[in-house]
Amino acid sequence: MIIDILRNLDWSPLYISLKTGIAATVVCFFLGLFAAERVMRLPAGRKALADGILTLPLVLPPTAAGFFLLLLFSRRRPLGGFLYENFDVKVVQSWLGCVIAASVIAFPLMYRNARAAFEQVDVNLIYAGRTLGMSEAQIFWRVTVPTAWPGIASGTILTFARALGEYGASSMLAGNIPGKTGTISQKIAMVIQDGDYLTAGVWVAVVLAIAFIVLFLMNLAAGKGTKHLKRW
Amino acid sequence: MEIYIDIKKKLEDFSIELRLESGSGRIGILGASGCGKSMTLKMLAGIETPKEGRIRIGDRVLFDSVKGINVRPQRRRVGYLFQNYALFPTMTVEQNIAAGLRGRKAENQRRVREMVERFGLTGLEKRMPHELSGGQQQRTALARIMAYEPEVLLLDEPYGALDLLLRERLQQELLEMLRGYEGTVIMVSHDRDEIYRFSDELLVMERGRTAVFGKCEEIFDNPVKLEAARLTGCENISKAKLISPYQLEAVDFGIVLHTDRRIPKDTAYVGLHAYELVPVWGEGQKNCMKVQEKSITELHFERHYHLRPEHGTGESVCWSVHRDKWTELDERGMPDYLMFPEERLLFLK
Repeated sequence: MIIDILRNLDWSPLYISLKTGIAATVVCFFLGLFAAERVMRLPAGRKALADGILTLPLVLPPTAAGFFLLLLFSRRRPLGGFLYENFDVKVVQSWLGCVIAASVIAFPLMYRNARAAFEQVDVNLIYAGRTLGMSEAQIFWRVTVPTAWPGIASGTILTFARALGEYGASSMLAGNIPGKTGTISQKIAMVIQDGDYLTAGVWVAVVLAIAFIVLFLMNLAAGKGTKHLKRW
Repeated sequence: MEIYIDIKKKLEDFSIELRLESGSGRIGILGASGCGKSMTLKMLAGIETPKEGRIRIGDRVLFDSVKGINVRPQRRRVGYLFQNYALFPTMTVEQNIAAGLRGRKAENQRRVREMVERFGLTGLEKRMPHELSGGQQQRTALARIMAYEPEVLLLDEPYGALDLLLRERLQQELLEMLRGYEGTVIMVSHDRDEIYRFSDELLVMERGRTAVFGKCEEIFDNPVKLEAARLTGCENISKAKLISPYQLEAVDFGIVLHTDRRIPKDTAYVGLHAYELVPVWGEGQKNCMKVQEKSITELHFERHYHLRPEHGTGESVCWSVHRDKWTELDERGMPDYLMFPEERLLFLK
């Protein structure tokens, strides 16, 4: 029976989930590093404010985040309309919507981990880089990021994991169009509603397997940048 | 290289107001912890910005608040040796040295090789900083700075974190490595021995301001200011009350001191190094003081007697006795008096 299910299974949710997860992770990785770098340069008061705003999606219920995203990107709204009319870009009910929703929800994980990792970097390293004539970009990519890598790597892993399983905001912004925006999370929710526990179980197993593989691979990759760290 | 510094900056509980002009190659800055020494170096390097003032090296203006000049640290050609060396932990020795180099690859490689040889790092090129000893880390940090050819080198308490033995060896090593360097070197420290060995000129700082500035040896001989006397290691300091141009009362020690030198009118304190006190047995003479033993600290080469003067405010006097004199002292017993040799007295403001 399981073999029958596997043979007839539509694998598109897997591809869509992976594609969404990877795209959102890439987006969050750079945006998160950038935001963390900016926030590190702010004076204390504005730092707390910026930190609060950037962390909001983590605390907000995903459906509330989805609500804001709909307000922003709906074609009846200024930004959504503008994007559609000028660039033919559709966010609502599209794969792009999946990526945006997943990115917004997962972003705080990347940002917070990156910032915490940056805070651990000895500021003298940055000063030293400056007095040695290195540009700010050089210092950031060749000194700060490598030194903060363990924290950044774990942030990236968490971001991917979160983006992969995003459900609430995605279902509001991107909906559940099979073969287009139907991720594994959507699929599980849908088949459960139909009472099809067997198919749901198969997808849960798939998700578990992906999660394990990904975490293992990323920990392995992150471990390479951490040789200078001592064992506790 | 001639250096001109005139800076003001407000810190949390005091402000730095410093003016300094020097043409000497080796300048020491001596000050208690938290007196603004490191902040001063950071302003020179461009890591921190003064509120107002002017910084000039040779004929290059690095900072001028009136003209709105503030050269970025990247372009100042001021090297900074951090107390913890600030080696990039994810780069090898080679990569650390090459980090600040621009120019063509072959040229950079040649420069790195040259620095590796000059600073005795051959064979360590591929090591990571955490695989190096303290001395090797310091040499790597110095090689990295020198590869960049700074005009001024700033040393921020370079041995603060090291144990005594290693400290002396590294001090020696650093002095030797800097022998051929023609730029100006400024070293900040609270360790007077380190500063004495290193400096031609000395700035003693007190809460962000100049206490004294001048030739290093002269300041150690005659510190002039209270803070300078303390920092250069004068243990016995008392409030002074002038009685006549040749007489003053050391209030804390309860003794009137006579001198052949004219005492400066603005003298507020009088000081004497612990090893300058002279033991007297039998009759008391001029500038003698009866004392009572309080405690002894015995070190390997010297003993420190902490003694309470007969009169005075209860402040104790420290008398240091070198090992050679111990037998004499043990045979003859404690002296009846301690004498303040008048030619050794330090008159302090």
